[in-house]
Parts: sequence; structure tokens; C-alpha cells
Amino acid sequence: MAETATEVQPTPLEELKARRRVAIVPALNEEACIGRVVEEIRAFDSGFEIVVVDDGSADRTADVARAHGARVIRLPFNLGIGGAVQTGFRYAWENGFDLAVRVDGDGQHDPAELNAIIQPVLAGEADIAVGSRFAGGAGYRPSRSRRIGIRILAWTVSRLVRQRVTDTTSGFQALNRRGIQLFAADYPHDYPEVEATVMVHRHRLRLREVPVRMRERAGGRSSITALRSVYYMAKVLLALLVGIFRRNVVPLEDR
Amino acid sequence: MTPLGISIAAALASLALLAIIFELIRRHRLRERYALLWLLAGIVLLVLSLWRSSVNTIAGWAGVRGYPPAVLFAVATLFILVVLLHYSTVVSKLSDQNVILAQRLALLEAKLRDSEG
Repeated sequence: MAETATEVQPTPLEELKARRRVAIVPALNEEACIGRVVEEIRAFDSGFEIVVVDDGSADRTADVARAHGARVIRLPFNLGIGGAVQTGFRYAWENGFDLAVRVDGDGQHDPAELNAIIQPVLAGEADIAVGSRFAGGAGYRPSRSRRIGIRILAWTVSRLVRQRVTDTTSGFQALNRRGIQLFAADYPHDYPEVEATVMVHRHRLRLREVPVRMRERAGGRSSITALRSVYYMAKVLLALLVGIFRRNVVPLEDR
Repeated sequence: MTPLGISIAAALASLALLAIIFELIRRHRLRERYALLWLLAGIVLLVLSLWRSSVNTIAGWAGVRGYPPAVLFAVATLFILVVLLHYSTVVSKLSDQNVILAQRLALLEAKLRDSEG
């Protein structure tokens, strides 16, 4: 397509305004942080419908989110992060949204960074863009054991998708309609981002990493403990290994 | 020492078990959570059948005299007991969740009917 220099290109902001957009916020016992997360997303762009998926919290997460004007989907019991996030993608798919961002409810993801993550998707360069703590931007120094785990996963996934991936567990993402469709149809269970990255590749969707800064947790506690991470690691590596031998991917075009 | 024929048959059976487990995961019929457990069991069986003096050696460690395979039965029984206990907890959790789902659905249905008049 030939474009002349005089042709008026839509600015990124206008491009963004043209999309029906939703922010998916999974949260488990985050009454201390969730209000701030919702407000910060609205401060970034008030055009986002903010959907908090409450994954069976025992505290007032749902009430607080509702009080701050978010739409709340309360799961009847804890499904785990994969099930919670997929609920958000199903909502986005069924309600015709064509841009979705995922921002975790614990305050780790700074909505001000959304601008950088959304760009490749808006520009049509990627179906899914992932904010990476390691792709350039300094600031994040995980503990030694965690760093080794992150390295192993990054190395394995990079080989599998034939593309350098540095942050395989990042849930700070933006997706277009195709990405939403894929994740609404099929999404892994725990530590879902690792497997999801491979899934994206197998469906020939384009993935792009964007360097971002993440914050320390503002409150609550991480659901990942040391002993569990070894178990998760084994499970994820097994899932990746078996995934290589899966040929029949969900035929999205037929849906 | 286990007779060679039995050893080969046991190894083939273990390999078949491992192949079935792998295929079940591949077809999304078995979650990785349970797959790890069964893969471990399959690998233990394979090692026991390939390392032919293993049963005698392990019986020696455990101080079992007379009939070495008794150790194998003891370990297998214990393993099955633990797996069954684990399944009981899973079934309990599933039925609790099922109750919650039924209640939520009934409440929702009532609410919907009320709002429809």
C-alpha cells in the first residue's frame, strides 16, 4: 500500500480511542491495593472498562473494587490464576472488546507503563505484547534461586518459540481480538504465562516483548512460595515438553 | 536376581505405562498435577525392572529375610494407599465446590425470575 507523506495518520491516542478496550484485573485478597490499581488504570485512560476478577477472596476485595467503579466478576471459589484470568478473557471475547490489557491486582504492574505495552498491538505489529522486567529496563533484581528459575524457563521457552523471550512469567500484557479469542478458548492453569507463550507461537500469533519496570508488591503477599516454585517448575517443564508433541491446536478459524 | 524374562516383561509394561501417561497428558485428559505422580511411579517401576538385583538389594537394606519381594508389595501398598487418600481429598473438594455452584445457580435463577416479574 502506497502512502503519501501528506496523508494524515491517526495519532496513537486516536487509534486507541477507536478500540473497544477492557482492562482485566485478576485479584485474590487484595483489598489493600485493588482500589489504587483501579484508579491508576482509569487515570491512564478512562475509556477502559475495568473488570476485576475476584478469585474467591476472603477479604473485601470485591466491595472495594466496586466502590472504585470497577465491574466485578466474583468467582464462587478459588480457581487459581489461570482460571481467573481466562474468565476475564471470556468476558472480553463475549462482549466484543478488541483490545484487552491485563494488569495484576497486587499493584506490581504500574498502569502508567501500559502505553508502551499497548503500542505494538495498536500498530498492528503484534497480537500480544508482554511487559518484560528483563528486556532492557533495569531495576529488578530477583533473588538468586528465582533468577536461576527464570533463566531456565526463559531459555527453554525461547528455544521453543524460536524468538528471544526474557520474562516468561509476566502477566502484564496487551492483546488484540485474535489474542483474546485464543486465550478465551484455551488457557493453561498455574503459572499460565509460560505455557501461554508457547501456545501463542503454535497458533502463529505474533508476540512482542516490551521493556517495563515493575513495582515491589504494595501489600498482600505473593502466592508463590519457595518450595512450591520447585514443584511448579517441574510441572511447567513437563507441560512444555508434552506441548511439543501436541499437533492439534484449537482450530480458531472455525469458531 | 530377577529372571531375565520377567525383567524384560516388567520393563515393557513400565514403558507401556509411561507411554499411556504421556498420551493422556498430550490429549489434555490428565492434568500435569497428576501426571507428575504417575510419571514418577512409572519411572520407579522401570528402574526396578531394569536394575535386576534391586529387589534383593532393597530388601537387604530394609533387613527383610526369607522373601525379598515382600518389600515390593509393602511399598506398592503404601503408594496406593497414599494415592487413594489424595483422591479422597480431591473428591471432597470437588463435592464442596459442586454444592457452592448449585447454590449460586439456584440463587441466580430466583433473582432472574423475580426481576422478570
